[in-house]
Amino acid sequence: MFAGATLILAFVLVLLALAFRPRSVPPDERGQTRFWIIGLGLGFSMTILAALLAYGLTVGERLLPRDSAETVAVRAVAERWSWSFGYEELPGHVTENVLHIPAGRPVDVAITSVDVVHSFWVPRLAGKLDAIPGHVNVLRIEADAPGTYDGLTAEFNGEGYEEHEFLVIAHDEADWQAFLRGEAP
Amino acid sequence: MSALRRHRRLTAIWASEPGWKGWFSTVNHTDVGRMFLATSFFFFLVGGILAMLIRAQLATPHSAFAGPEVYNQLFTMHGTIMMFLFAIPTFEGLAIYLLPKMLGTRDLAYPRLTAYGYWCYFFGGGMLLFSLLAGIAPDGGWFMYPPLTGPIYSPGINTDFWLIGITFVEISAICAAVEFCVSILRYRAPGMSLDKMPIFAWYALVTSLMILTGFPPLILGSVLLEVERAFGLPFFQAELGGDSLLWQHLFWLFGHPEVYIIFLPAAGVISTVIPVMCRTTLLGYGWVVAAAVALAFLSFGLWVHHMFTTGIPHMGLAFFSAASTLVAVPTGVQVFAWIGTMWKGRPELHLPMLHILGFFVTFVMGGLTGVMVAIVPFDWQAHDTAFVTAHLHYVLFGGFVFPILAAIYYWLPLFTGRTRFFKLGELAFGLIFVGFHGTFLAMHWVGLLGQRRRIETYDAEAGWTTINLVSSVSSFVLAIGLAMVLLDVLLHFVVAVRGRRNPWHAGSLEWAMPAPPPAYNFASLPVVETRDPVSSDPHLAVRLARGEGWLADPALDRRETLTVEPSSGTPEYMVIYPGNTRLPIVFAAITGLFFLSLLIKVYWLTPIALAGIATVGWRWVWSLAQPVDLGPQEAGRGERLPVSGETDRAPGWWGSAFLLAADATFFGSLLFGYAFLWTVAPGWPPPELLEPSLLELGVGLAGALVASIGMRIAIRGNRSRGTGVAGLAVALTGTAAAALAVASLMIRVPAPAGHAYDATLFVLGGYALFHAALAGLMQTFLIVRVRRGFTSPARRAEFPIVCLWADYLALVTILVLVVAHLPGWLA
Ligand code: HEM
Ligand SMILES: [Cu+2]
Repeated sequence: MFAGATLILAFVLVLLALAFRPRSVPPDERGQTRFWIIGLGLGFSMTILAALLAYGLTVGERLLPRDSAETVAVRAVAERWSWSFGYEELPGHVTENVLHIPAGRPVDVAITSVDVVHSFWVPRLAGKLDAIPGHVNVLRIEADAPGTYDGLTAEFNGEGYEEHEFLVIAHDEADWQAFLRGEAP
Repeated sequence: MSALRRHRRLTAIWASEPGWKGWFSTVNHTDVGRMFLATSFFFFLVGGILAMLIRAQLATPHSAFAGPEVYNQLFTMHGTIMMFLFAIPTFEGLAIYLLPKMLGTRDLAYPRLTAYGYWCYFFGGGMLLFSLLAGIAPDGGWFMYPPLTGPIYSPGINTDFWLIGITFVEISAICAAVEFCVSILRYRAPGMSLDKMPIFAWYALVTSLMILTGFPPLILGSVLLEVERAFGLPFFQAELGGDSLLWQHLFWLFGHPEVYIIFLPAAGVISTVIPVMCRTTLLGYGWVVAAAVALAFLSFGLWVHHMFTTGIPHMGLAFFSAASTLVAVPTGVQVFAWIGTMWKGRPELHLPMLHILGFFVTFVMGGLTGVMVAIVPFDWQAHDTAFVTAHLHYVLFGGFVFPILAAIYYWLPLFTGRTRFFKLGELAFGLIFVGFHGTFLAMHWVGLLGQRRRIETYDAEAGWTTINLVSSVSSFVLAIGLAMVLLDVLLHFVVAVRGRRNPWHAGSLEWAMPAPPPAYNFASLPVVETRDPVSSDPHLAVRLARGEGWLADPALDRRETLTVEPSSGTPEYMVIYPGNTRLPIVFAAITGLFFLSLLIKVYWLTPIALAGIATVGWRWVWSLAQPVDLGPQEAGRGERLPVSGETDRAPGWWGSAFLLAADATFFGSLLFGYAFLWTVAPGWPPPELLEPSLLELGVGLAGALVASIGMRIAIRGNRSRGTGVAGLAVALTGTAAAALAVASLMIRVPAPAGHAYDATLFVLGGYALFHAALAGLMQTFLIVRVRRGFTSPARRAEFPIVCLWADYLALVTILVLVVAHLPGWLA
């Protein structure tokens, strides 16, 4: 994407620079209109956009949550300035500011808020999704390997915004089972 | 009459009062345009200082310079000032100053309204400035998302300053937009058909139409949020059936078009300046106009791309993502038309051209990153990081500040009649260019590394320290560059040498007058036959000064201009303007009193202020009284034209039509909010519905129809017998019935503070009641007018205007009553 953008920028700059070269072209408005406006303005812009859009939509399609028997469901509730997480497979258990997930399995995070708008973001696992009072948004995340991942709030929410963070811990299968048995690792 | 004598005579008629006292009573567009520009650049300075404080804070990790309470005010006020108090008013000021000159006329459609708009901006901006200095400035970010900005999480007065101050300032934007629409469509030189209009006027027209449809959703949102904060009517609280997403929709319904409202005038400047700098004409004039119109339409379909992370359904994402990238097409058409124009001509590197090149580089980069964030998967990562901040500055600074700098240097010779002496501007351009890209390229980068926007500090371990330092140092280079521009302009006023008229050899009409421009612009109005009248007739200025155009005879000591048929440009009627008056500043001060009473919650003052507004408004319109029939007037060149008061479609009618377009958008947004809450918000349907009442509905609908029919009887009565009192009385009765019905609705709403449903119905009723009061006031006014003999079959212009407002009242009353009763019936 960045390479493409650089190329387009370079193209426009070259066109601009060439406008300054000394020359004596006979003015031919009609031909120029066809070349600049229809050719470049409409044709060029549309081609680039079509390509980009196709790319965006296919990538977006791949990010869509797909049903799978493996999926783990968790809940994330945002509050100024903390997060609490609940687990479908471990009812009643709530962890503060730490989300436990199994590695290698898709996880659906149901996100909501009890006060203002927040946003759930674990940069290395997925894009962000807002926590909005009165609504529940579901985000699919998946950690390929066990480990810890930093999570952030990504919607301004007042004075504690800068330090409103959490941690995601992805467990291997054994640890995850231990966690589900209530033996907090 | 010699040119000099005509000049003296016209100056005596048009000039403002001498000295600083004249500022308070001037209604002349050249004066008010200058005042607008001076004030908006002052706010640019303030916003810039805030930006420097922000960058100073972010320069190093764990900076102790500002804590979150202060930092949150800094970035909120920086964004707010730049968007609302700098960018939009700069467009208004530039257009106020330039449009009549470019269109070949003597003033805008409503000179007193121009001044009123300025004073609203001045007082509203003053409120926000005060909050900043007092340390109680808004701190919820420039888009003010509730519930963070709601009564529970922001109990202080900070947020109220934003909601009330910005709404006050928006009045000036709406006034200006109405005025530009009417002026561009009707106040042009004879012969200037639409296709001969200067390209800047096209852009100003499109921008104005966008303001009329873009700002009402924001004004509605601000009103609702302020009502929630002040009186507890819940619109955005999920527990009570409200939804914070409603604010996001209303805000971005405004916010996205806002970006184009800022960019299009700048594009108008570019389309004007490039051909002149390249000694040629704009390539593909028709295409460029079409592209601007397309951009305006598309931009209203895009607001949702600011909400990609709010959990919009997948199909919606795909649609808005596609639509968002689509705006790049009309933008591409314009960019390539400009480059094609440069190829067509011979570009010369004058200072304005340098800034245009700065625009090209910056804006194209901003457009490319914009297309990236329109792609959903990318936006999910970049959203709310410094990447987005950097992108938006590439678009706003590239797309607005560079073109405005070009505009300053391009029109400065007209503004002052002098030429630059010191060559500070070139150096300044270099500093600005380097400084800008240093600042914001670095911010793209830290954004991709994960630095969020709106954080007041960060850890040294994050590894962002060097990049932030580079960004901050560059921002100071940028600031020095901008300061040099300011110095250059000031020096220009003080020491520079007198210049030639039309130094760039431009073809548009603003150069066919002495520089600096006289108060009356043109001693006689030109006849336009081509798109570049000054190029086709280099002696035009002299001929106009000699009185060879329209309205050359100042014998009657009136401020005269004429209007044309919108598309062909054939003269239609003559307009006689009111002279200097303090009414605008008084009116704005009383409007300010109204807002102030809400801000400091001194509610006994509110009705007094409202009564004051009604009284001054009455006097405002009353002073346009025309005691006798004038008949067709001498308009020069052997032609006679009727005066505006003796026509069916006077300026007031056109202005009302455009104002009502904005009003209808406001109403439409309110209905949208009602439907949105009903379908999307949690906690619906409400616990208790409004009891349907046939009586209320019947009285309301009948009243609405009678008000509208009564006005038609009045028009007919006036035309045949010269009196319309009977019809007016009928209309007034109908209006009263409509008012009664909607007032009853408001009273019967079960619990306005209990649920968003009730709150919405209450506001809907209030909206209709307000319009009934307005229509009633107008009808009463007209009755008094008829009684005092200020109307006649010829002097008929005020009847159709009131009819328009009565019709709108009828529409609103019917819709409000129906949508309020329907659910109860269906249940
Ligand atoms: C003069 C040079 C400028 C500099 C150095 C500058 C710098 C900045 C910085 C560093 C931020 C980010 C604050 C944060 O997220 O923590 C910011 C935000 C912003 N700036 Fe600028 N800016 C400049 C000019 C402008 C102009 C000309 C405009 C608009 C016409 C503008 C509009 C905004 C807006 C809307 C925000 C977002 C505020 C918010 O997050 O609520 N800026 N600016
Ligand atoms: Cu947008």
